[in-house]
Amino acid sequence: MSVLRERVTWVWLGLVALTCVTTWGLSKDLFSPAVAVVGTFLIVAVKVRYVMLDFMELRDAPLRVRLAFEAWPAVVAAVILGFWFATPAMA
Amino acid sequence: MVVVTAERAKPRRLPGVDGVWVFIGADLVIFAILFLSFMQDRLKNPATFEASRQTLNMHLGGIDTLILLTSSWSVALAVQAMKRDQIDREPRLLLGGAVTGLMFVASKSIEYFEKFAHGITPGTNPFYMWYFTLTGIHLIHVVVGTSLLTYLWVRSWRGTYDHLHRAVPESVASYWHLVDLLWIVLFPLLYLMKAV
Repeated sequence: MSVLRERVTWVWLGLVALTCVTTWGLSKDLFSPAVAVVGTFLIVAVKVRYVMLDFMELRDAPLRVRLAFEAWPAVVAAVILGFWFATPAMA
Repeated sequence: MVVVTAERAKPRRLPGVDGVWVFIGADLVIFAILFLSFMQDRLKNPATFEASRQTLNMHLGGIDTLILLTSSWSVALAVQAMKRDQIDREPRLLLGGAVTGLMFVASKSIEYFEKFAHGITPGTNPFYMWYFTLTGIHLIHVVVGTSLLTYLWVRSWRGTYDHLHRAVPESVASYWHLVDLLWIVLFPLLYLMKAV
């Protein structure tokens, strides 16, 4: 079993790459806070979805269970971004 | 038509025992409420939250994320090995999961030590109260998960787990991936979320 033939290996590499983008890319002052925060949390939602589907194996779960879990990253990212936009700018 | 029917006949299932999924679902709801409460508090005092956020070590937090992702990957590979009865591969993959769990605990301990050395405690301000609470609850999850992975590692020496006997390791693996995904949200929430 070569690890390179495993889907989880490619998912892991993708998750590592996305982590580098948010941690050492979008956090730079080059990007406005809105771009950085929206970009970061959209990426977070994608990362969580792939952890659920491929690491937790929810891709093969009963459909209702899969959809209920898949809703979590979307709702959490939406709530966080909603509150972030509602927060007043610092004086 | 026959082929399609055969493919769809593959049963949909949840890995491990059903009870662990009830726990995972409940934990996700609790953390979602904690994230919402954090954002509510942040709304009241963005300046304090932003100034405190900037004192956190973003690089260490990013490395912590890479450590947990790698840990999850190793454990996911261990479960794949069990499904294929590749029993000789299981111990080193489970050990990889446990060791990276310990690395996360060590990294978080260093971070806490740095904060305490600078006189920063949960009582310093609301941001740090949230920082210690959220990372502390998560750290408890990591310690429990690392202990469970160590138990699986010891049991795997005796060839306990194969495609017919994998409910326990699948349950632990699902819990461990939960620990990973919670940190995926916690890290940007505390360390990366810039203020306007």
